[in-house]
Amino acid sequence: MSKRSIVPFGPHHPVLPEPIHLDLVLEDEKVVEAVPSIGFIHRGLEKLVEKKDFNEYVYVAERICGICSFMHGMGYCEAVEHVMGVEIPPRAKYLRTIWCEMSRLHSHLMWLGLLADAFGFESLFMQSWRMREKILDMFEASTGGRVIFSVNKIGGEMKDMDGDMLKGFLKILNEIEKELRELSKTFLDNKAVNSRLQGVGFLTKQQAHDLGTVGPFMRASGIDRDTRNMGYAAYSDIDFETITSNAGDSYARTEVRIKELFQSIDIIRQAVEKIPSGEIAVPVKGFPDGEYFMRVEQPRGEAVYYVKGNGTKFLDRVRVRTPTFANLPGMLETLKGSQLADVPILILTIDPCISCTER
Amino acid sequence: MKLLTFAKTELHNLFSKPATRLYPQEPRVYPERTRGHVENDMDVCVFCGLCSKKCPTGAIIVDRAAKTWSIKRFSCIQCGYCVASCPKKCISMRPDYTQPAGEKSTETFTQAPKDDQSAS
Ligand code: SF4
Ligand code: SF4
Repeated sequence: MSKRSIVPFGPHHPVLPEPIHLDLVLEDEKVVEAVPSIGFIHRGLEKLVEKKDFNEYVYVAERICGICSFMHGMGYCEAVEHVMGVEIPPRAKYLRTIWCEMSRLHSHLMWLGLLADAFGFESLFMQSWRMREKILDMFEASTGGRVIFSVNKIGGEMKDMDGDMLKGFLKILNEIEKELRELSKTFLDNKAVNSRLQGVGFLTKQQAHDLGTVGPFMRASGIDRDTRNMGYAAYSDIDFETITSNAGDSYARTEVRIKELFQSIDIIRQAVEKIPSGEIAVPVKGFPDGEYFMRVEQPRGEAVYYVKGNGTKFLDRVRVRTPTFANLPGMLETLKGSQLADVPILILTIDPCISCTER
Repeated sequence: MKLLTFAKTELHNLFSKPATRLYPQEPRVYPERTRGHVENDMDVCVFCGLCSKKCPTGAIIVDRAAKTWSIKRFSCIQCGYCVASCPKKCISMRPDYTQPAGEKSTETFTQAPKDDQSAS
């Protein structure tokens, strides 16, 4: 009988940009159990809502995460807008959709790079991030920031994108699409890459459902659910199909994310075509009174924003359920029975964002 | 499953320019919307203090009596809320970043005495 031993993994580990700690219980090289501990970067952002008024909190909300910063800001704004009964102008909705999809593009490209880095394919990593750089440049040209965008406000957007800018972006996206098509061959067809991804980290449909996973991690296990179908922002006017895969392994998660990249480009194209002209914000009067649950689909999955106002300028409570938090139980399940050498990649395949998780 | 899927990208890489910029020989040009630093046109400011009240990080200090407007550069998060809330539209966001420094300092601007007021 093999001897059990415990190998600590993290909180600082080359594959993790952020701190999370796992105690891996091993039998020889095989993981029998993984015990997580989180809480290394808790910043108390939810509590801060008692000190910042509901308008200022937009800037706190976008700092929950550096990758989904646009969607965090937007999710919070939409929640407050629902509480206050504010209907934002259609153009603002489309702008939000475009920026959301740009966020998804840069997040998934970043993830592809990190995945390549985790299995040691450095030039593939560089190529993914080279592409991502163009998206960040588009963000800087349109919002003024590369990481924190500060364009959302309660009642609409602060900045507009004119026709020339949108056309320029479409041209860049066409180039990215071409390069991406070439690069995705390496991710999906290359023998060496496939041997690290195929057949590892299985999560069945039932497990994905029972453990409450979200996002591409869930869709790669065959569950057809995408919060964008609920039609927030301008998604109700846009044609798209949820991308799923039935395999449930690391390869499927890569495939789903790569297909979502092409889908995002397509959604931006549709949005640019349909975007109406007009105002980008409405004036907002009064203070929020009431509560609302807002659900948005972030690159990593569904995020939930709960907002409760009491009729003053300070909100009673803000609660954010981030996608990585929901995916952690699923990730621990995939780790069981895996080889120690595969652990970094398996952790990476849920696209963990620990800052989000701990807020 | 194929081999040599990366060859085309690799070849293209060999014969193309570097994707990175030769900084600092080739300076970075910021788009005009870049939120670099906040500037105040002191001649127009009326010292109403709205910007300092709205600033989420408390980076702005307005002294109406002394006619000074100060900003803690290292507290400012370049959110642009002050720019949006100034009634005189005298604050603006500029694309270039402020210089790095070893100490967190406060920059203070004083309004020059207005000529037309002293004349009347
Ligand atoms: S809000 Fe504008 S006018 Fe008022 S103090 Fe600030 S800069 Fe001056
Ligand atoms: S940009 Fe934001 S943080 Fe900076 S001074 Fe203005 S309101 Fe304050």
